[in-house]
Amino acid sequence: MMRHLISAADLTKDDAVRILDTAEEMARVADRPIKKLPTLRGRTVVNLFFEDSTRTRISFEAAEKRLSADVINFSAKGSSVSKGESLKDTAQTLEAMGVDAVVIRHGASGAPFRLATSGWIDAAVVNAGDGTHQHPTQALLDAFTMRRRLVGRDAGLGQDLAGKRVTLVGDILHSRVARSNVDLLHTLGAEVTLVAPPTLLPVGVGSWPCEVSYDLDRVLPASDAVMMLRVQRERMNAAFFPTEREYSRRYGLDGERMARMPGHALVMHPGPMVRGMEITAEVADSERCTVVEQVANGVSIRMAVLYLLLGGQDQTAQQTAPAPATEEK
Amino acid sequence: MSKTLIRGAKVLGGAPQDVLIDGERIEAVGEGLSAEGAEVVDAAGRVLLPGLVDLHTHLREPGREDSETVLTGTRAAAAGGFTAVHAMANTFPVADTAGVVEQVWRLGRESGYCDVQPVGAVTVGLEGKKLAELGAMHDSAAGVVVFSDDGKCVDDAVIMRRALEYVKAFDGVVAQHAQEPRLTEGAQMNEGVVSAELGLGGWPAVAEESIIARDVLLAAHVGSRVHICHLSTAGSVEIVRWAKSKGWNVTAEVTPHHLLLTDELVRSYDPVYKVNPPLRTERDVLALREALADGTIDCVATDHAPHPHEDKDCEWAAAAMGMVGLETALSVVQHTMVDTGLLDWAQLAERMSFRPAAIGRLTGQGRPVSPGEPANLTLVDPAYRGAVDPAGFASRSRNTPYEGRELPGRVTHTWLRGRATVADGKLV
Ligand SMILES: [Zn+2]
Repeated sequence: MMRHLISAADLTKDDAVRILDTAEEMARVADRPIKKLPTLRGRTVVNLFFEDSTRTRISFEAAEKRLSADVINFSAKGSSVSKGESLKDTAQTLEAMGVDAVVIRHGASGAPFRLATSGWIDAAVVNAGDGTHQHPTQALLDAFTMRRRLVGRDAGLGQDLAGKRVTLVGDILHSRVARSNVDLLHTLGAEVTLVAPPTLLPVGVGSWPCEVSYDLDRVLPASDAVMMLRVQRERMNAAFFPTEREYSRRYGLDGERMARMPGHALVMHPGPMVRGMEITAEVADSERCTVVEQVANGVSIRMAVLYLLLGGQDQTAQQTAPAPATEEK
Repeated sequence: MSKTLIRGAKVLGGAPQDVLIDGERIEAVGEGLSAEGAEVVDAAGRVLLPGLVDLHTHLREPGREDSETVLTGTRAAAAGGFTAVHAMANTFPVADTAGVVEQVWRLGRESGYCDVQPVGAVTVGLEGKKLAELGAMHDSAAGVVVFSDDGKCVDDAVIMRRALEYVKAFDGVVAQHAQEPRLTEGAQMNEGVVSAELGLGGWPAVAEESIIARDVLLAAHVGSRVHICHLSTAGSVEIVRWAKSKGWNVTAEVTPHHLLLTDELVRSYDPVYKVNPPLRTERDVLALREALADGTIDCVATDHAPHPHEDKDCEWAAAAMGMVGLETALSVVQHTMVDTGLLDWAQLAERMSFRPAAIGRLTGQGRPVSPGEPANLTLVDPAYRGAVDPAGFASRSRNTPYEGRELPGRVTHTWLRGRATVADGKLV
């Protein structure tokens, strides 16, 4: 296992499967009355958020607390930390405090990579989303959700996503979730198709390990999972598409479109959803939609990542089952 | 001692000859010249060039003396073999009045390391709205000929047209930083395969090429000359080549870093590779080398852009754009153009001295190595190999992309009107 988790592209298939398997073990902890493991007792994890994201921060915090880590939340938003040097200063402050891991969310692509590689800090770095670059734990929890639903909770152990057809729809250009998912799903053997208006696909997307289509209706019948990405309304002011109505007509998922998907196919969304834009309420609230499940799975995945980076070390290769908590807390 | 005999130097890479400097001028060039009364510099194996001339230098004074001053910048220039640099106008205050350009010009004279020819801003405050007093800057002691809003593009077509026309009255030239602003909002690096992966805002080639296309057409229409700064794409080369084939008065420069480095380096997210225009692709690099070799691109210009450490020791998006270049330019050009067989030393002299001096209408710079000419000379040891060590830079800033990289060639001596500014590799 690597020292940091910066990009989904850095994970080998074995790494990824090990994380998913470990997350299944972690999920069992969540089913117990005492949802706590002693694994990271005495270790300090900082949630360093330069960008607001209550959902992601709470998910990491829950994971850290269930592993008994000491948790420090550092919200840099709104303080004077918009300039770059502060990342270094903040990092060195945390280093002086002896933190073991930094979970970082930053608006600038590459900030976690810089934090991990510039010699500013010794702690393990977990990327909780950087600019329009990567959000690897999101991709892992998405893959976890797909494996559970499409392969099976127990049947999935040790398995990848070979042959599964996954469609990502929406603002690919500005999406770190899309980049992470394309990388990880490709590593896990899935076939990925991106669907978006051409304005919301990056120049250079042709080199990605996936297909690209502008036609959602053509792709839906051949999808095992369809992930709808959030489309911000402001994008239309920058002429990425003409109107909200036209966007949802061409690229949104409504009940009629959902009916064209195979019966077993999932509808996924990393949240927060813009109902009426990329997804209708009917679809969002349907049985097929895994949004709530994804949130729960996020905690298990983040537990697994922190466990493997900080606590698990080498022994996890043989023994993925963490010992249950022996005392109440 | 007023006499110096440079013994056995390959003048412009040719057969070994002696060159005698007397006072400010070259006294004689030939074989077996008498060393009587002269200090002798043994130049066996070395190449003697006319002093290098840079059309594009950011000296940062006034305003950002924490990154460079005229003195430290001209020392860096001398160390790199330059005897004249054009100081860009994007200082604080902007060099958009006769007063500021005269100040910079005077600081250059006082430094004594390298001639400083100020560039005047095209528009007031580099804002692209109102023409600066171009005539007043030309008529000042600084004698400004080159005008540029560099750092910003003169994007308004009417302002650009008027500037091109207006400076004809005194044989001026507008040097355009070609960057269509709307197409480069939030731009962080070259737009392409790498930017798509890294999630950094793209700076598309078309944002440069569309402005160059417009400006060569404008220059042709009004019969003016235009100079294109730091050309960086294969497409820009095609446009300039086409404009020149029409006989239009277009000149262009390329930076050393665009001749060597590509956007693959940005994968490190190390802001030392952040520059404007951005590093492009291998295909662009090869096209730029070919264009410099065939004369489509007239000259090399450093775009020396010093920044203090803290402006680069941060995450990519927050970092300043630019690289220092004066002290590595000759080595990079030797590496990419001479050692590859694309240029010989005489052609390099054309592109790093004669042409830039001619474009800037400098007198006394970019002259042949001949008796009677001003003794502005650079002696190079082309056999030298060494890793770049920024700790040894004369520049106040260290933001070089070449740290630790082995590059060929070393300037051992520089003479500015007969006075050694560099001797045995050290500033005098
Ligand atoms: Zn420029």
